[in-house]
Amino acid sequence: MALRKPKLAVWKFSSCDGCQLSLLDCEDELLAVADAVEIANFPEASRAVVKGPYDLSLVEGSITTPHDAERIHGIRRTSKFLVTIGACATAGGIQALRNFKDVKEFISIVYARPDYIETLKKSTPITDHVFVDFELRGCPINKYQLVEVLSAFLNGRKPNTPPHSVCVECKQRGTVCVMVAHGTPCLGPVTQVGCGALCPAYARGCYGCFGPKETPNTASLSAWWSGLGASERDLMRAFRGFNAYAEPFRRESEAHEK
Amino acid sequence: MIVPTLLAKTAEPSHVGDSFVVEREHLEQLLQALVSRGYEVVGPTLRDGAIVYDHLTSTADLPSGWTDEQSGGTYRLKRRQDQALFGYAVGPHSWKKFLCPPLQRLWQAARNGKGLRILPEEERAAPKYAFFGVRACELNAIAIQDKVFLEGQFVDPGYKARREDLSVVAVNCGRAGGTCFCASMNAGPKAASGFDLALTELLQDGRHYFLVELGSTRGAEILSRVPHQPANEADKQHAERILDHTTRHMGRQLETLGIKELLYRNYEHPRWDNVTQRCLTCANCTIVCPTCFCTTVEDVTDLTGEHAERWRRWDSCFTVDFSYIHGGSVRASPRSRYRQWMTHKLATWIDQFGVSGCVGCGRCITWCPVGIDITVEAGAIRASDSIKAPADQSEDSP
Repeated sequence: MALRKPKLAVWKFSSCDGCQLSLLDCEDELLAVADAVEIANFPEASRAVVKGPYDLSLVEGSITTPHDAERIHGIRRTSKFLVTIGACATAGGIQALRNFKDVKEFISIVYARPDYIETLKKSTPITDHVFVDFELRGCPINKYQLVEVLSAFLNGRKPNTPPHSVCVECKQRGTVCVMVAHGTPCLGPVTQVGCGALCPAYARGCYGCFGPKETPNTASLSAWWSGLGASERDLMRAFRGFNAYAEPFRRESEAHEK
Repeated sequence: MIVPTLLAKTAEPSHVGDSFVVEREHLEQLLQALVSRGYEVVGPTLRDGAIVYDHLTSTADLPSGWTDEQSGGTYRLKRRQDQALFGYAVGPHSWKKFLCPPLQRLWQAARNGKGLRILPEEERAAPKYAFFGVRACELNAIAIQDKVFLEGQFVDPGYKARREDLSVVAVNCGRAGGTCFCASMNAGPKAASGFDLALTELLQDGRHYFLVELGSTRGAEILSRVPHQPANEADKQHAERILDHTTRHMGRQLETLGIKELLYRNYEHPRWDNVTQRCLTCANCTIVCPTCFCTTVEDVTDLTGEHAERWRRWDSCFTVDFSYIHGGSVRASPRSRYRQWMTHKLATWIDQFGVSGCVGCGRCITWCPVGIDITVEAGAIRASDSIKAPADQSEDSP
């Protein structure tokens, strides 16, 4: 097949770069990825930039400045497929904690010259601004899921990234439930799988890095956590993590905010 | 305390159903008899604060002197006063993880010009398992999965291969767990069939021994490698007293009289809305259930598109995708998913397979992260039979 290789671009908004580095972390699969696509715009990997349009854009980070809000539209226009990667891009990220407070106050405390800072009141996911073809969850994303999304895109199929609970994967691994057997509060029953059920395998409760699962019943889980000794403040903080601004987690944290 | 010295007789055991006595110190020989016959022996062992099923190399791997306390959503290990090897109820794992593994590759395919070529899975020799310490409820669960995988129109070849070579050493329960209700489901606590050997653990006056019932000729061959002697009436009565005590101390009860009809006429009962307030739809109940058998298949390709694989993995009626058909999920609401699960388990299963889908092991109660109790839910519906929910809440009936 002498077909042109699809052009891949990687874009960054407000984020820590960890998700796009997952692509370089692919190690064993990296050469196969480089074989399958033309890496046309990926500043973390190469200064060489090939002009758009691009067949597939991976977008990392949330929208936090007026400039971001403008720039994302240009990227959408130049991208056939736009996939957002990571909790920042899909839910606003940890920086969405500002959404619950007055960002002006933060700026006045943090910066010597607050008047130099131009920022939005809220950190928002990409999908609040432009149409997104697919969202890949996680803080950070799982590299195997990233390769799966790339493979699915290249082969014109749906990616296998199930939206069910972390519990399903804990049970597949044979991990003993940390909440039932140890009384450790865990967000697994309301969190989407994708990490490989990592934390419970090391006797930790799930932190909810992959955001709310399908039909999450956060209120019921909170009631059970209370029985395990979690305070209202504990509950508020548990749901106010990397996916704080994902709607079901946002509502639940606000329910416990005094 | 004087421990009677037994001269181990090794006379050929005679008939299925006969009972013998094996001393604690000779149990190791029983396990090693299985190992030396090429079995991979799996059974209860301590790990991560629970008694799980895993590889056993000797009886030292068994949870000697441990027990558990179980209630809705809670499981805790406790020390026993004695060194019993089987003094606990069932834990988070069930034997289905060996017979019907959570992840299985079904086949691979390679691109072949414009078509594709299916590469059948190489016939890997199925592991020859010996299950050591199977409870009566679990034997019933295996029999139920046999109906699903072996006795229907389509036979599952992987399950069949693993099942055919299986050797089972059962254990009659000397203690009922806090969420056990096998007596209600007529599925225990005594192993009735489906084993090669069935042990009842006896601790009396400093003596630690096992009453061993023969379940098959294979069981007789295994026992012939182990010092044993015929059981006397006192041994048998001792075992019966223990089982009787277990039966009378079930942690839970479930009234099964007319339960199929009860659930069929209560599809719109308000209790379904009540349980939906608590249900997390996390799927734990189905995955820990020893009879739940549902799986899904996922097709994957590599980046080049030259190679594809089909994988089968455990699925659950609590996921939205499980009932996805063209246009959407049939059971979009959590209410419809809980109702489907419980009604299938206790009612429609009877129409489908001729038996209840519940063996009363209590795992779904213990391992529900918020302690939802199938016996309480069924009991609540029975207590207010035929009450209807307001019409506007009865969306997505089956």
